[in-house]
Amino acid sequence: MELVCEGISHRYGALEVLDGIDLTVRAGECLALLGPSGCGKSTLLGIMGGILKPSAGRVSVAGNPPAGSLNPITYIFQDFALLPWRTVEGNVALALEHRNLAAGELRARVGEALARTNLTEFSTAFPRQLSGGMRQRVGIARALAVDPAILLMDEPLSALDAQTRDLLMEDFLKLWLATRTTSVYVTHNLHEAIRLADRICVLSRRPGRIKEIVAVDLPQADRAMPVAARAMAELGERLWDAIRAEAQVAEREIADG
Amino acid sequence: MPVRGAALVAFVGLVAFWEFAVARGYVSPIFLPAPSSVLLALGELWNAGTLWRHVSESLVRLAGGWTVGTGCGLAAGFAIGVWSLGRAVGVPFVSALFPIPKISLLPLLILWLGIGEASKIATIALGVFFPTAIATYAAIDAVPRNLIRMAQSFDLPAADVLRKVVLPGALPGILAGFRISTSIALILLVSAEMIGAQYGIGAFILQAGNLMLTDQLLAGVLLISILGLALGTALTRIERRLLRWR
Repeated sequence: MELVCEGISHRYGALEVLDGIDLTVRAGECLALLGPSGCGKSTLLGIMGGILKPSAGRVSVAGNPPAGSLNPITYIFQDFALLPWRTVEGNVALALEHRNLAAGELRARVGEALARTNLTEFSTAFPRQLSGGMRQRVGIARALAVDPAILLMDEPLSALDAQTRDLLMEDFLKLWLATRTTSVYVTHNLHEAIRLADRICVLSRRPGRIKEIVAVDLPQADRAMPVAARAMAELGERLWDAIRAEAQVAEREIADG
Repeated sequence: MPVRGAALVAFVGLVAFWEFAVARGYVSPIFLPAPSSVLLALGELWNAGTLWRHVSESLVRLAGGWTVGTGCGLAAGFAIGVWSLGRAVGVPFVSALFPIPKISLLPLLILWLGIGEASKIATIALGVFFPTAIATYAAIDAVPRNLIRMAQSFDLPAADVLRKVVLPGALPGILAGFRISTSIALILLVSAEMIGAQYGIGAFILQAGNLMLTDQLLAGVLLISILGLALGTALTRIERRLLRWR
């Protein structure tokens, strides 16, 4: 499925957060939304998924979700958003229980999602017993269990420490390459954007506007190879130049209420 | 585990000292009867068959009042917690009426409902209602918004969001409210029984006091303490069971 944003603007009261965003997320691509904190990336993601109504502009989807997709537009959250009173499998099942599936199918979907994220042996654990990385795996498993057509990820790795982040990123990339689900990946982390995305959309600081869209031509599978190191580093510098000034100003901004 | 036994040792020590002080005549047994006399009085009451009568009448009032108050309090708390009109109407009401000491309404309730059980049960129910309603909506307010947003993003119907996210998320706060409401119910039970009842632990304590039967009086106080302790223990068990995930 394809996701089309046309002329999206949004304001919270007098505060203008997004200004005239025209953006198409192509079917089967991973698009990174990169920008300094407070640039409206998360707001844009909320608008894309329909949980926020933009002040102006419209979002539309083109194409049909794949057969078996229970929740075409599915989020993965920065803070994992797991129910602490449900076990790992219970948290995954939450996304399915109201879909009137046959008991067998529900169990099969939960089992498969846990297997794909290597969580099978933790299926009866409660979230508090898991590390941050494992918790986000549960969040990913929950998203996979509904066979999403579009994945919207809001800084899914930024609550994790650096090593966990790298490990989970590689695992996630493997999962993603197997399905190539249309994805939007919000991040302020250059490294994640360069590693995962087919295209990187750089947003300016508030009010967020599209500054430039950079295509990463190398296939994801080859990006970690030593021969790609130079090209990746150059791309990183180019992007850093694009966002540095914005990040510096954004850092000095006073947070609003 | 020397620290764990410390409380028990201190408690036994205090009771022993009390017993000793009365036996040696340091205090008059009319004003402070020895622990052994209190237990003896309790045994006599048991044998006379009046003990059960007092306790059972108190238990019926307590259970009736607490159940009615908790049921209404939960309903009001949920209405305020999940429904903006309910909040707009309910919060000012609850805030305005909560500070009224409910025992002061007993005379009015007696005029309305008669001197019988209904006025006592209504007093306890009123006393339980407000803290339960407040604890419930505060607990619902404290359910993390991101969990509700998550459930909505997976398209859960509103009833499912309520049942699977809001209710379990609010449960710890609601159960904490039960602890407060049971202690309030006990206070109101004893007070209401002192004002107008023939039977019941409160009435019994008052009558014993009037006759200067301090051993029986303290036996009544002991009964109330045991009742409170039992309720607290039961709530702890329920919490442990329902909140295993914590």
